[in-house]
Amino acid sequence: MLEGKKVIAIGERDGVPGPVIAECLGGAGLEVVFQVTECFV
Amino acid sequence: MNFENQGVIKRLADQYGPENLAVVLGNGEASGVEVFAETVTQGDPSYAGPLAGVALKIPVYHVLEEEVMAAVPEKLREEKLQLSSLVIDVAPMQQVLQAAREKL
Repeated sequence: MLEGKKVIAIGERDGVPGPVIAECLGGAGLEVVFQVTECFV
Repeated sequence: MNFENQGVIKRLADQYGPENLAVVLGNGEASGVEVFAETVTQGDPSYAGPLAGVALKIPVYHVLEEEVMAAVPEKLREEKLQLSSLVIDVAPMQQVLQAAREKL
């Protein structure tokens, strides 16, 4: 599913932020090529 | 999705090939998920951003979907995602994302 993919992590301030997604997926051995936290107001 | 991020995604797709990318979301509510998924699969639905008319067909997941969570080491999952998984209702987002992935 995600194996071998380069990951774009788009987090949300009121959900799971980008750096947390990146840390978790990095820990899973995936390469995160971009992470950001969007904010819906 | 804001235009700046659309531009970055377009550049990454040019650099690595969209078939080598996956998008993982962390939205707290289902409302934004459909637009995000459409933007990176079919193109910007507002027809205003860099991805307008650009169908990258990048598969989209939510970090709290079971198959994504299962890949995360247990310690990290407990420390970083467990609390979010208690307050975020991922089921409606999973339905939307699964449907988007099936269309690819």
